[in-house]
Amino acid sequence: MRALVIDDSRAMRRIVGTILKDFGYEVREAGDGRQALDVLQEGKAEGWRPDLCCIDWNMPVMDGLQFVFAVRANPEYRQVTLMMVTTESETGQIVKALAAGAHEYLIKPFTADALRDKLALLGLLPEEVSA
Amino acid sequence: MTLTATSFDWVRQLVHRESAIVLQPGKEYLVEARLLPMAQQLGCAGVSELVETVRNHPDPAKTRRIVEALTTNETSWFRDGDPFTAFTSTVLPQLVAARRPDERLQIWSAACSSGQEAYTIAMLLSDALPNAATRVSITATDLSRQMVERTRAGRFSQLEVNRGLPATMLVRHFTRSGNEWEISPTLRRMVTATECNLAAPLPRLGPFDVVYLRNVLIYFDLPTKQAILTRVRQLMRPDGWLFLGAAETTLGVDDNWERVVLGRGSAYRPRKGA
Repeated sequence: MRALVIDDSRAMRRIVGTILKDFGYEVREAGDGRQALDVLQEGKAEGWRPDLCCIDWNMPVMDGLQFVFAVRANPEYRQVTLMMVTTESETGQIVKALAAGAHEYLIKPFTADALRDKLALLGLLPEEVSA
Repeated sequence: MTLTATSFDWVRQLVHRESAIVLQPGKEYLVEARLLPMAQQLGCAGVSELVETVRNHPDPAKTRRIVEALTTNETSWFRDGDPFTAFTSTVLPQLVAARRPDERLQIWSAACSSGQEAYTIAMLLSDALPNAATRVSITATDLSRQMVERTRAGRFSQLEVNRGLPATMLVRHFTRSGNEWEISPTLRRMVTATECNLAAPLPRLGPFDVVYLRNVLIYFDLPTKQAILTRVRQLMRPDGWLFLGAAETTLGVDDNWERVVLGRGSAYRPRKGA
């Protein structure tokens, strides 16, 4: 399994990345939506495509919602699961992100178990971890 | 030995650094309660000693255990998804077909804790049955008055709704209320919460079509398990369904049940003539 963690906070990228690595994920990181699109583009050249993107909402240059729109507009990434991981917690924002094409929404702060539960819902938890 | 301010502060910073979760001042009791088993296991005199040991001799495995002990307690929604998948795909259609349209389906969430299981069932029912609010009643019971009150309130913290509740269901069935999320009044009215000690004679409840008795039997010895299963069976319809926790079974405990494999999990039904 492969994941791209997109967050402008290095600490948050480390927290999310560490949990995902514990679940057996190979993790790449990006500091904003624009960088994340670059990581996807670079990955394409070497056949690397994430199964999951964990996306912060508020980031400089390109925010998480814009990134979701950009990825959803590209049929090449139809298989990629998009999960918002953000402090934004108003119902309207969750609805907006889901309508834009995000599959799930995890509100910060969260525990490793909460992330694990979301991955289980999405069918993205390796068998040995879910057992 | 009580937790020193320095130890609490160290734990607070560690948990925040590793999980972004803030332990507010006043949560010393939580740190004490959650870390005491680890302290005892490692032969420390108390939690402060454990913290001092880990502070002075950093050990990634131990720090991780501390973080986990302090960040894992919320009950999940859709906990171990199989009993809920089986409920909507097999159990509910059979029950709807077997009962008269004016017969109310009765479901019991035994040991309901803060209500996640009962409301998970309510959400599934409201999505599956157009007249769920009048067709079904859900009884949620717990030994603890505090848990019963929490279930009645139907209010959950941000950390609680993060635990396995699909975002689509969160926005459909909950509204934000300050820092909490409140279940919709329609779903709350489907659930009746009441105190009940499973290890004592049970009050008049049911008869139930479905009973969720998950991760309860594991806490009891064999005679108590048998007594509980007998009493539960007496409150069930003859063609009812019982769901136990993934690590629990009636096999070797009470022969009056028939195990039925449902997808990746299983359910138990009262054996005919039992």
